[in-house]
Amino acid sequence: MEKFSRLTSHLVPLAQRDVDTDQIIPARFLKVIDKEGLGEHLFEDWRKLPDGSPNPEFVFNRPEVQGAQILLAGSNFGCGSSREHAPWALLDWGVRAVISTSYADIFRNNSIKNGLLPVIVDAEVHSELFGMVDRDPHAEVTIDLVSQTVSFGNGHAASFPMDPFAKHSLLEGVDQLGYLLSMEEKISAYEASHDGF
Amino acid sequence: MVAQEPESPAVLYIDLHLIHEVTSPQAFSGLRAAGRQVRRPDKTFATMDHSTPTLALDLNLVDQMAAAQVRQLGKNCAEFGVTLFDLESERRGIVHIIGAELGLTQPGMMIVCGDSHTSTHGAFGALAFGIGTSEVEHVLATQCLLQTKPKSFEVRVEGRMGLGITAKDIILGVMAKVGVDGGNGHVIEYTGPAIRALDMEQRMTVCNMTIEAGARAGMVAPDDTTFEYLAGREYAPRDQAWDAALENWRQAATDDGAAYDRTVTFDAGGLEPMITYGTNPSMGMPIGDRIPTLDHFSDVNQRQSIERALRYMDLKPGQRLLGHAIDVVFIGSCTNSRITDLRLAAGLLDGRKVAEGVRMLVVPGSQSVKRQAEAEGLHEIFRTAGAEWREAGCSMCLAMNGDELEAGQYGVSTSNRNYEGRQGKGGRSLLASPLTATASAIRGAITDPRTMI
Ligand code: SF4
Repeated sequence: MEKFSRLTSHLVPLAQRDVDTDQIIPARFLKVIDKEGLGEHLFEDWRKLPDGSPNPEFVFNRPEVQGAQILLAGSNFGCGSSREHAPWALLDWGVRAVISTSYADIFRNNSIKNGLLPVIVDAEVHSELFGMVDRDPHAEVTIDLVSQTVSFGNGHAASFPMDPFAKHSLLEGVDQLGYLLSMEEKISAYEASHDGF
Repeated sequence: MVAQEPESPAVLYIDLHLIHEVTSPQAFSGLRAAGRQVRRPDKTFATMDHSTPTLALDLNLVDQMAAAQVRQLGKNCAEFGVTLFDLESERRGIVHIIGAELGLTQPGMMIVCGDSHTSTHGAFGALAFGIGTSEVEHVLATQCLLQTKPKSFEVRVEGRMGLGITAKDIILGVMAKVGVDGGNGHVIEYTGPAIRALDMEQRMTVCNMTIEAGARAGMVAPDDTTFEYLAGREYAPRDQAWDAALENWRQAATDDGAAYDRTVTFDAGGLEPMITYGTNPSMGMPIGDRIPTLDHFSDVNQRQSIERALRYMDLKPGQRLLGHAIDVVFIGSCTNSRITDLRLAAGLLDGRKVAEGVRMLVVPGSQSVKRQAEAEGLHEIFRTAGAEWREAGCSMCLAMNGDELEAGQYGVSTSNRNYEGRQGKGGRSLLASPLTATASAIRGAITDPRTMI
């Protein structure tokens, strides 16, 4: 997975709360056996009108968000299904980080494992950010993982929490499987003492 | 627990890993690319359920991509030595249905599956998490999972359910109270007399929907009901091993007075049949109520999401749902497709007909449930009434296999998710119990089942 340390980008604002992973990538696109190309169907049913043409109202279709790498999302983003296709689709579209007040646990886990950074800010910063994009859709935000800060506007900065283990794997771009594999001896010892299951 | 190093998540050993076709292919590809093996194929079991056909067990009935994905699971299991309950297997079914019915799911176990409804298995006092595909690969390779410590959340259910009320109504009621993110970061334990009074199948219905509140897992401490259910099941311990296991399980049960980070109390005594009106499972209400008006919600974001949901559902604040015409009824999914669910539905349908113009689909949770239902003649009741009787699978719960709502249709569903498009693009789902769904099928409109019992 790609390393994540610092990112500056304008935002894709999606204020709706409780966006579930079925919306991020509907089930009918989960019939794949690899991870590539899912960005094409990101938010498929919101991006397309019933006749299949792009919905010009939906934020991901607006010209000003093209090329943005940060999604500014409503609270409890990514709830519902455990499908890792959701972060795969976001990454494939070009999103590298999400900013919200909260995430569903499984989505947050899945995102970190793929180098998609879930940033948590408080409600005040969250609404300041929405206000900022409203005024200027091209306004940029910088996310710095090393110092765990989000900075924007004229000198606004907010820190965000990130557990040290996840931070390390994101900064180094290492898969957490490596850590588990390094536990081989302890796993074998555990198995030896818990036989009979 | 295998290890817990400072500033790192705990390394948990997984006693049972369940697999299905949709969330596993990329995990097997990862193993193959790195030249790794499945560490414990003996603790890994696979089934085909999400995109399999239900009209007949013939892969020509689903599209080529779905068929290819199902075949890929067959190849992966053969190559890595994993036990697979394939389309021909009489043990096949929805992953969370068969884990329990085969006796694979046992108290005290750590269970994972690449599926959020793994919480179902918590009904046995197991700690059961839904995981993503990267974690599926981790568990295949190391039999371990990294987890940060969750908080504990007690949902205490008091009272006694009245006639026509089921476990589904309890959990829809709990969801409406706790909210769609009320369980984030927590493991919920269900306690109280109303939970103790439930049989195992009903406890599974409750634990199943725990994820709809965002909780990582849901559980019920095991008791004699649990042990009686397990005794004699195919993969349950036998003879001396059974006696030893039983002793362990009894000790593992949470003692009363355990401390929780949070507690919510819920009264099952005053409960009415519940139904959802919106586009997430917490947007539910007693069936006789009116849809809440917007001034009911203080939070502006919540008001917006209710407004949006009602627009999608083509319903109005303050509107009654009773008597609202419906198009489809779906009895199925890992929430409500066990034999007791089918008995409830068949009991109400016996001697009656599905209303003209309504399509009713009955999809058993496993081939074993199907055989049992057929042995009891339930399939005849369904067919005579005009319902479709299908092969086991997830079917219209997530509409991957062609069983789906059409745009604009209203479907009363016993499944667990009413998200936009979940049961078919543009389809409108109303979640309810098997009794409410069946009563509504008979009348062709949303109906309180207590008027028909
Ligand atoms: S029945 Fe529905 S919720 Fe259950 S495993 Fe299948 S798709 Fe998921």
